[in-house]
Amino acid sequence: MIRELANPTRFMSLSGIALPWIGGLSAVVLVVGLYLAFFVAPADYQQGDTVRIMYVHVPAAWLGLFFYVTMAASAVGSLVWRHPLADVSQKAAAPIGAAFTLICLVTGSLWGKPMWGTYWVWDARLTSMLVLLLIYGGILALWNAIEEPNRAARAVSILTLVGAVNIPVVKFSVDWWNTLHQPASVFRMGGSTIHPSILVPLLVMAVGFTLLGVALHLSGMRTEILRRRVRTLTILEAERLDAGLAHPAPAGPAPIRTGAA
Amino acid sequence: MTRSFRALLIRDLRLAARVGGSGVMGLIFFLAIVTLIPFALGPDLNLLARIGPAILWIAAVLATLLGLDRLFQADEEDGSLDLLRLSPAPLEVIVLAKVLAYWLTTGLPLVIAAPLFGLLVALSPEGMLAMVATLLVGTPALAFLGAVGAALTASLRRGGLILSILVLPFMIPTLIFGVAAANAALGGTVPFMTPFLILMAITLVSAVVGTFGAAAALRAGE
Repeated sequence: MIRELANPTRFMSLSGIALPWIGGLSAVVLVVGLYLAFFVAPADYQQGDTVRIMYVHVPAAWLGLFFYVTMAASAVGSLVWRHPLADVSQKAAAPIGAAFTLICLVTGSLWGKPMWGTYWVWDARLTSMLVLLLIYGGILALWNAIEEPNRAARAVSILTLVGAVNIPVVKFSVDWWNTLHQPASVFRMGGSTIHPSILVPLLVMAVGFTLLGVALHLSGMRTEILRRRVRTLTILEAERLDAGLAHPAPAGPAPIRTGAA
Repeated sequence: MTRSFRALLIRDLRLAARVGGSGVMGLIFFLAIVTLIPFALGPDLNLLARIGPAILWIAAVLATLLGLDRLFQADEEDGSLDLLRLSPAPLEVIVLAKVLAYWLTTGLPLVIAAPLFGLLVALSPEGMLAMVATLLVGTPALAFLGAVGAALTASLRRGGLILSILVLPFMIPTLIFGVAAANAALGGTVPFMTPFLILMAITLVSAVVGTFGAAAALRAGE
């Protein structure tokens, strides 16, 4: 199954079939989830209607982490099997994960203004998400800095895996740092138990967001594969033109190239 | 292997001493930052004494970044990195030698000069001792983590800027525990040893991650 999917051509045809379904399903689930979140779920007795921000905020946070894990898994694929599809998956996941992390931070601070009276506090959770966004930024910068796709993929894989080792350390130290400064945390996450009337819309939204994330990831991967094909074709074309200039008479077929550049 | 390690270490130290004087430059940079901060915050010595460890640690992080982009780039440009890759000694040993040389020329001068700079921010003697101890233990972690970024950006033309974006997030734990240990020595509820031992652990982990990560990055950059 995986081996069959790993062929980029096979992947393109299968993902082409699957993508509209996953995308459509995510739209349906998100519509249901948003309906539940806005009209069915009760307003919190303390937080009022602002609690509804949570239905976007929590799934975004989960997907921000989910895509880092996806990148780390693909990075192993890139480094161990040198598989082009793993490179593509890694590259497509980075901006999506960064976007979800950003959504999580923005919705979090919008929620924080009415609840805590400030857009930003140096709470441990917020700070670790901010650091995650910084790491995403570094990964995106490295992708853009190295032009040759295979070399870029290998470099980013190493960075991603070093990050995967370091993120728990960062998380732990940020927690420690915050408890040092503010022993009694004033922020309570939702309360001790989550009532089903809130939990069900939240889960529906989480499923919808995950489907959306998968659809975006597939679409990003397809775009990246096409981009690489265009790149290879452009190089071939340039080489053909070069050869044509060197030998005015068309001398045999274009130079054969296997693999991406 | 030990011989090539020693040879590379001596070569890098000699290069640092003869070419850039990077140790002195790092010190001057460190001094410049420590001088700048009172201008921003005001000359209140009580305030400066309270945030002194934080100032010195941030200065140390920035000073570590200063020469980092040249760590592998200089060797990449003149081709000696290719020779090092071909040598029988594993790349990990080469990275270890280069990072050690880098730390000896940039980190160690900061550690030695820390008491002097502590005077500028009115640190107490215990505070100075704690600063020396935390910088001595913590700056190798900064150098090792930075080496990964330096190896990843060795062949990039404008690597320096990306390098700082890449490595700064990973230096946060070192900074947190370095400052925490120094502050703990100045008084507070946390005993000095708790953050200090964690700082040591971070340095050891960074040494492993940094050495293998940077060697892998150099191999990937071939």
